[in-house]
Amino acid sequence: MIEARGLSKRFQDKKRGEIRAVDNVSFICQPGKIYGLLGANGAGKTTTLRMLATILEPTDGTALVCGHDVVEQPEKVRSSVGFLSTATALYRRLTAQEFVEYFGRLNGLDEATLKKRVDDIFDRLDMNGFRDRRCDKLSTGMMQKTSIARTLVHDPQVMIFDEPTNGLDIMTARTITAFIRECRNLGKTVIFSTHIMSEVEKLCDTIGIIQSGKLLVEGSLAQLRDKYAEQDLEEIFVKVVTPHFVAEEAN
Amino acid sequence: MSLRNVGIVYRKELTEALRDRRTVISTILVPLLLFPVLSVGFGSLAVALVGKAKEEVPEVMLRGGEDSPAVVDGLKKLDKIKIVPETPGWKDQIINKEIRAAVEIPSGFQADVAQQKSGTVKIFNYQGEMKSEFATDKIEAYLKEYRDKVVKERLAAKNLAETVLKPFEVARENVAPPEKVSGAAFGGIIGYMVILLCMTGAMYPAMDLTAGEKERGTMETILSSPISRMHLVLGKFFLILTAALGTAALSVLSMGVSFSVLGHYTSQSAGGRAAAAEFLLKLGPKTVISVFLMALPVAVLFSATLMTIALFAKTYKEAQSYLTPMTFVVIFPAIAAMLPGVELTPKLSLIPILNVSLLCKELVTGTYHWNYIAIIFSSTCVYAAFALFLAIKMFQRESVLFRS
Repeated sequence: MIEARGLSKRFQDKKRGEIRAVDNVSFICQPGKIYGLLGANGAGKTTTLRMLATILEPTDGTALVCGHDVVEQPEKVRSSVGFLSTATALYRRLTAQEFVEYFGRLNGLDEATLKKRVDDIFDRLDMNGFRDRRCDKLSTGMMQKTSIARTLVHDPQVMIFDEPTNGLDIMTARTITAFIRECRNLGKTVIFSTHIMSEVEKLCDTIGIIQSGKLLVEGSLAQLRDKYAEQDLEEIFVKVVTPHFVAEEAN
Repeated sequence: MSLRNVGIVYRKELTEALRDRRTVISTILVPLLLFPVLSVGFGSLAVALVGKAKEEVPEVMLRGGEDSPAVVDGLKKLDKIKIVPETPGWKDQIINKEIRAAVEIPSGFQADVAQQKSGTVKIFNYQGEMKSEFATDKIEAYLKEYRDKVVKERLAAKNLAETVLKPFEVARENVAPPEKVSGAAFGGIIGYMVILLCMTGAMYPAMDLTAGEKERGTMETILSSPISRMHLVLGKFFLILTAALGTAALSVLSMGVSFSVLGHYTSQSAGGRAAAAEFLLKLGPKTVISVFLMALPVAVLFSATLMTIALFAKTYKEAQSYLTPMTFVVIFPAIAAMLPGVELTPKLSLIPILNVSLLCKELVTGTYHWNYIAIIFSSTCVYAAFALFLAIKMFQRESVLFRS
């Protein structure tokens, strides 16, 4: 489970002064459910997810991931999390197998467990054809599979996806969305950020709309449709975000 | 602290480094090939050129001397000198290196000498031109010998002992063993090369493992793993240190082998032996080990400093622009140590890089000032520890890791 409690992140910018990238965000993601964080570019999605993955430290507030505090126990949190984004690249000079094994070892797996785990994942994701190929020689689809294998190697209970399909072709994107569904079916807690409405509609059990670092609204797709009297998620999103966007522009 | 995690990161970085052409070139190939090419190449070229110049029979033009047959005969009998008759434009011939020198014997020289009148024999040469200087030396030596012979004859005629004119001799005698002599002459360059190669060895991995990782997008990947940032930075640091020490070790090894091969090669000829005594540096295993031990804290200092600076950069190119000026910061004190007369003092022994450079100069001559060694080793260790501490701190700063 993930429980964000008043998560906030402020940055100092030389020109713009203090920037509130994430402002007092609280939400709960349940095991076996997918939480979708929907927002425009610069809304605060990536910063929120980076704080959950303990890559960034919150300025205020905290979050519990599998019962571990992101501020107090960041290493335990990272052991329980699989983090995937288009920014999490591969080590080009390692083979696909070496890459996955490296992260398995960093997660504390012993060699026997690691070998079994890697063999299972490579079978499951149909990666045996390129397991000894260097990452810089892999196709985009193979790279994504290798990244997925990296997030799975330590069998985490929480999966965090930051715009995982951004810039990918349709077939590779489908591999990712299928993987996200599979994680839910395995009972993992899944949170993912996107600005692609169709992905949210297809995948998410709960949707949170974020703008200017603030979580403006959250609920299931049906609840949002009822609340805003709109069927189309894009229209709902525009209705939620526009007043804040206008106020932000005025400022 | 988990050494296991540090080891995991180190092994992975080592695997990647050994598969990277640029790292292999800068860390292994450059130090292995640089010294043989520089020292054996230039050294043997110098030895060969000097030897060849000494063995060449230079042409020396004779001006005058028609009425001084004894002097002229003596000149003509000189070994490895060819006396040629006077032709017009002899000065230009010397400048154009057609002849190496000219000797002018004044009219009535021999008769004047016999009558105990003073005269001047002039030697015209091309100052600074090696072959012209060699020819001049030979002519001058002969004329001085001739003059001494005349003096001896005059003294004998008056029944005076030679000691009347030369009451005592002044003699120089070198007591320093050959390795100290060559070390004093060329020792400075050893410290300079080791320090510079330590730096170049560390530079590429330092950029690749920090700014390169940011640029390739793997920084976020590794930061999402459970490894602590301290373990991560230590794993990376040890790889950079390995590269720096590897480069230094290979360069010292390559330097030792190069000099011994060159020494063996040049000892084949007499001219080569003489030239080799002047140009070759003799390095014993004790010296090599001492220099390497002193290079250890310097390598730690460089590795941590370069990593900290490179981490600040967003891209590999930006890191290059930060680190290239660092080369000059390092070269300056290393060169300063090579200047004649610059020697270790308590104050200088606290200045990083310069101190090790000066110490290497001493070590190469076989001199071990243990108090200076202790000060320099410990002060460099303190600087290195501070640089490493700074690197660990920088790795924990989000503003550095995610600088945009």
